[in-house]
Amino acid sequence: MNGLFANEDGRFAPRLSLRLRFGRLFQLLSLAAVTLGLIVLSVLILDIILNGYKWLRPEFFTEFPSRFPEKSGLRSALQGSLWMISLTALMAFPIGVGAAIYLEEYAPDNGLTRFIEINIANLAGVPSIIYGLLGLGLFVRGLELGRSVLAGSMTMALLVLPILIVSGREAIRAVPQSVRQASLALGATQWQTIQNHVLPYAMPGILTGTILAISRAIGETAPLITIGALTYIRFDLKGPLDLFTVLPIQIFNWVSLPKAEFQQLAAAGIIVLLGVLFSLNALAIVLRNKLQIRW
Amino acid sequence: MFDKHEIALSVKNLNVDYGDFRALENISLEIPARQITAIIGPSGCGKSTFLRCFNRMNDLVPTARVTGEVLFYGQNIYDSKVNPVEVRRHIGMVFQKPNPFPKSIYENVAYGARINGYKGNMDELVERSLRAAALWDEVKDDLKKSALALSGGQQQRLCIARAIAVEPQVILMDEPASALDPIATLKIEELMQELKKDYTIVIVTHNMQQAARVSDYTAMMMLSKEGSRAGTVIEFGPTPQIFTSPRDRRTEDYITGRFG
Repeated sequence: MNGLFANEDGRFAPRLSLRLRFGRLFQLLSLAAVTLGLIVLSVLILDIILNGYKWLRPEFFTEFPSRFPEKSGLRSALQGSLWMISLTALMAFPIGVGAAIYLEEYAPDNGLTRFIEINIANLAGVPSIIYGLLGLGLFVRGLELGRSVLAGSMTMALLVLPILIVSGREAIRAVPQSVRQASLALGATQWQTIQNHVLPYAMPGILTGTILAISRAIGETAPLITIGALTYIRFDLKGPLDLFTVLPIQIFNWVSLPKAEFQQLAAAGIIVLLGVLFSLNALAIVLRNKLQIRW
Repeated sequence: MFDKHEIALSVKNLNVDYGDFRALENISLEIPARQITAIIGPSGCGKSTFLRCFNRMNDLVPTARVTGEVLFYGQNIYDSKVNPVEVRRHIGMVFQKPNPFPKSIYENVAYGARINGYKGNMDELVERSLRAAALWDEVKDDLKKSALALSGGQQQRLCIARAIAVEPQVILMDEPASALDPIATLKIEELMQELKKDYTIVIVTHNMQQAARVSDYTAMMMLSKEGSRAGTVIEFGPTPQIFTSPRDRRTEDYITGRFG
């Protein structure tokens, strides 16, 4: 293409139309990548909804699992999941936030601290089944908690702890140093500064991280299978030492049954699980946008 | 040098080291009470480090080591019996960039008093401090508003009110107006003239006009010798003398703009 402007004397070969065509090509390719991902995801969700929606009736939430599909429900799985995330949060939150505070506010900046930090980050990437084996050895057998919801929650707490610590540290680090100095310069002690400023200002970020960690815990299956969470429970969960099952295990159980109705029940279970996860993630986003302080 | 003034802070043979790096070397001077003392000098000569010796903020830097004495009305604040937390209530600080807490205006002022166990009427203290910082009339109707919604100049006066509320004797100011526009700067400077009736003020500034305008005494800092990175005070005296007839050649070069 010949230039429109006078000083095109042949020392440059701009080939503008070719470059523009290349640009357009890559724009289309990236659009295709997004579209493909979205289509696959929509087909999956659509398929599940079409399969399972007619089973989403009140009995589905109030009935125990059963040999008869029309009498089967998520009652014990919902109870188990609820118990498990409550206990997990109860145990993991204080430990995770405490560790994050220590690492960010108190720990000296030396080799040992950095070693601990790197290993916590590594733990976040350890396959979840490993935590299951640890839980089986340590809590189920070692502490003799059996295959209880408490043992499952402790295993799950270990699993989400690294995620919580890492996100907690990020939230704490986002509090500007100048605010700590302002507090200390007024004669506040280090703990008063943490308690009155660092923690409250970091809390939206910490809570966001906690919610995301919990939504991870709700979806996890492998470690709970490893510690032997039962799939077929026909009694109400009354205490932390009771046997339990959770949503993904119940779904897994139904999928493995041959009858077509059970496949549809599994789809209905997935709809419930996805609904819970999406709501939690939405809550985390809302929390982050509404409460986070803009410095 | 100042027989008519009481001495608030007396610095004796002060050195500051960050690990192996000497930042301040052999500083000795006396800061008069209820006067404004300016610390001037080129960038990187340790003005802020020196200022932070007065309220032990350097303690927050893990590698920092302070040797020598800083006597506050006769008591060495670096004595092992003295806790920095206690020092900081008596020697307040205003920072370069306004740093209000992301809380209400009221809460910003009340915070320091509350943690230090103030027993009086909090509403009165907040009003008194905001009046002293010349901010009351602008904010009295929305004390519950977030401090982050104020303008930069207002935020800095809020930080001054917050410092005043714990009733310190000394207020340290680290380039308090360098992030502000000229009008807000003028307000801060006027405010300092009011505050010096009750408080000893030490201000770091790299604006020499500002030092000449507002201060009663001036400390000129510079690297101690060619090639060294340690700062020291090369000349200290009444501001008019420093600016009209400095004794040190380097001070003269600096204030006349031949250097720095």
